[in-house]
Amino acid sequence: MGNEEKQNKVLGEGKGKYRVIGTRPVRPDGVDKVTGKANFGADLNVADMIHGRVVRSPHAHAKIKSINVKKALALPGVKAVITAADFPELGPGDIAAGEVTVSFHDMSLTVIARKKALYDGHAIAAVAATTPEIAARAAELIEVEYQVLKPVMTWKQAMDPTAPLLHEGQITKGVKPAPEKPSNVAARSEFALGDLAAGFAEAEVIVEHEFSTETVHQGYIEPHACVASMSADGMATVWASSQGQFMVRAYVAKLCGMDISKIKVIPAEIGGGFGGKTVVYLEPLAVALAKKSGRPVKMVMTRDEVFRATGPTSGGHGRCKIGAKKDGTITAADLEMEYEAGAFPGSPVMLGCMTGTTPYDIKNMRAVGYDVVVNRPKAAAYRAPGAPVAAFIVESTMDMLADKLGMCPLELRLKNAAKEGTKAPYGPKFLAIGYEDTLLAAKASKHWNTPLGPNQGRGIASGFWFNIGGNSSASVALNEDGTVIVVEGNPDIGGSRASMAMMTAEVLGIDVSRVKPLVADTESVPYSDLTGGSRVTFATGKAVVEAAQDVVKQLRQRAAKIWEVDIDQVEWKDGMAVAIETDKYKPLSIADIARMAGKTGGPISGKANINAAGAGPGFGTHICDVEVDPETGYVKVLRYTAIQDVGTAIHPSYVEGQLQGGAAQGIGWALNEEYVYSKEGNLLNTGFLDYRVPVASDLPMIDAILVECPNPGHPYGVRGVGEVPIVPPLAAVANAVSHAIGKRVDSLPISPPKLLAKIQSKG
Amino acid sequence: MSKHHISATINGDPAEFLCDTQQTLLDVLRDELNLTGSKEGCGSGDCGACSVMVNDRLVCSCLVLGVEAQGATINTIEGVAEGDQLHTIQKHFLSEAALQCGICTPGFIVATKALLEKNPNPTETEARYWLAGNLCRCTGYDKIIKAVMNAAAEMRGA
Repeated sequence: MGNEEKQNKVLGEGKGKYRVIGTRPVRPDGVDKVTGKANFGADLNVADMIHGRVVRSPHAHAKIKSINVKKALALPGVKAVITAADFPELGPGDIAAGEVTVSFHDMSLTVIARKKALYDGHAIAAVAATTPEIAARAAELIEVEYQVLKPVMTWKQAMDPTAPLLHEGQITKGVKPAPEKPSNVAARSEFALGDLAAGFAEAEVIVEHEFSTETVHQGYIEPHACVASMSADGMATVWASSQGQFMVRAYVAKLCGMDISKIKVIPAEIGGGFGGKTVVYLEPLAVALAKKSGRPVKMVMTRDEVFRATGPTSGGHGRCKIGAKKDGTITAADLEMEYEAGAFPGSPVMLGCMTGTTPYDIKNMRAVGYDVVVNRPKAAAYRAPGAPVAAFIVESTMDMLADKLGMCPLELRLKNAAKEGTKAPYGPKFLAIGYEDTLLAAKASKHWNTPLGPNQGRGIASGFWFNIGGNSSASVALNEDGTVIVVEGNPDIGGSRASMAMMTAEVLGIDVSRVKPLVADTESVPYSDLTGGSRVTFATGKAVVEAAQDVVKQLRQRAAKIWEVDIDQVEWKDGMAVAIETDKYKPLSIADIARMAGKTGGPISGKANINAAGAGPGFGTHICDVEVDPETGYVKVLRYTAIQDVGTAIHPSYVEGQLQGGAAQGIGWALNEEYVYSKEGNLLNTGFLDYRVPVASDLPMIDAILVECPNPGHPYGVRGVGEVPIVPPLAAVANAVSHAIGKRVDSLPISPPKLLAKIQSKG
Repeated sequence: MSKHHISATINGDPAEFLCDTQQTLLDVLRDELNLTGSKEGCGSGDCGACSVMVNDRLVCSCLVLGVEAQGATINTIEGVAEGDQLHTIQKHFLSEAALQCGICTPGFIVATKALLEKNPNPTETEARYWLAGNLCRCTGYDKIIKAVMNAAAEMRGA
């Protein structure tokens, strides 16, 4: 079994100085999750509840001529039917939402189509009835008359000047002067440094290649689900599984035309999101159905609906050209990419441009991206949105450059690695970063130094993600017996309650078992941005630390009051108030002070509401060994190591879990996963049997090596860790396969028939 | 159409329920009996989140009809712990951090228990193939497999 190489490299500050941080306690929400008690999105039933069902377009591209709901309404048990006519029509305009911007106009049309169906599975109407079976029958009775249009399924079809337009009048943004003719290209973005032509003129070796990937889905195991209730005074309650209760509240308010104060969102446990639950699909429909029927409405998607109508991330295509000196010094890099946005603008191509070459210090570079609309579901965020495809393109080209230079691909990366002070293509200069250390850890690993057998290949690739901060609120309340409750506003998607409890315990100097974390509803904690962007342990963690420090200050004040000394004479040490430079006073424990709180000024609690700056960027390097069956094209992943600068690992097991899980998703992206459409634009693989995510027997143990270069922007050095791990694997796998077969693999997924054709081809 | 009256033994206790012909065992467990520990991830037997034991056989309860439960002995995630005593497998899932979001966890624990009852000393490969019907999208399976192997070792020793 693997992980024998696990190491915690300490740079600067780090391990050894903390009593709770860096340990591996059982997560506070764990018992409920191993016993089946935890309540996820679909687990709630309330009194008088009825069931909603969505009517979806069977066409990829069609005008909606009419919708007749009479027969459905006449069916006994049907309580309400809604269409786009039940929602306000929203004008154009984008707003920032975490890592991406959202257009409420487009979002409203994603939630329910108004004049046009833009993908197979696009919501057209919704019905609520007393049982799920009656709702399903009613959905079939809703008559929709379509005028079927020619579907535009790929970036290439969409960019053809003769292609049908998804959005009439769409003029490409980011091009000067603005084009006069509308097109399916929603936007062009460009990032550049230095002088590209001069850089390539300086080069002694140049490689250039073209790559492609397919649409993939986040593949969370829990389908979208919610319950909405509305009382006669217009107050709505929504129970939903999402990446942000405040996100759900804001979007429902906007899409349903309600005041925020009239909506309460109670977060359910979330069964995976990976970015795909940073938007709403069912919640506004459920609220509208609840309003119309006067009954609480439960809505749960089927897996088929999840694949057809939610989340995926963009398939992409791109060319990369890199020039270098013979010693491996990169002189120029040029990257051009087209990403399929789905039915509405907003592919993460800009983020791809900002991340692709960022692991390297390249003085002359350019990255250009095109955001192209196609008749597929609108792309949602998926873990480091945009970066994996760009990294696949750049890191594969880096591998080709190493081959051409006759240089070790790891040494090529070391030679050009971004360091503290390197200027990133998107603007800033890096503060302390640990990218180089991930390469050195890779070089020193047993994995890198183990010989390979026949038909085997090894690939290495790196990846970068910004990580974000943002708005977070937290409070820490001291109970009468000295135990503590920490309240936060971020759904716990992978163990963050444990991190919050641990940071609180660290500040207070108490055992983590004495801290209970709580993810609160929208009326029990102030606003917090959603769970995403690898922000929670960093930003919400920072809020928790500040709230706990607030408590410590009050504890010192209370001790000072009891002892009748100045607060400066009291320090907080190992969970006790201790008088400085005197042993006149017996130290007071947190429980002692809690017990006396009523006599010293009342209950004690701390709070923090922050917009956290100083998120530390993350870098990772992955090594992958594969064996290719030359007769079938089947690729077996033999060994995998994920190395990452994680800042400070609060709970190392859950940090390793992020690396391992991201690697597994990336391996699936590289080898198996893809949306397969018919000529008519219907999604053909709408279940897990045909959309093949990695299963346990597909994977080896995944070694995780944590490099700790503390982030100077966080009191404990935390960097976001959740997104970086999905950035390197696509190229790590593709480079490994390329080495195993001696030919460049440039198209994902590397499915057996495709690879077999490649092996047997002359090229 | 009238509902069927079904009697079964669920987690050791007698249970009765009414169900429609088309309702799956998973629907019945979740919607009629309030046993929501079994999850629906796909409804087509591909993800294993609804794994339960029916007459000592590991099944996806979304592929079994409620009416088929007549006279059957059914064990679900809710019956794995004994009172407040967690099963060894559950303890190892916790100590090895073998879950992130936790939606697949009940299915994995039921499937692991079935594996270890049949094969108390599985190889890593055997464990991986037995659990290949349970999808986890968060963990990459690494820590799940470790938890399974460690639980197996402890149970053999006990």
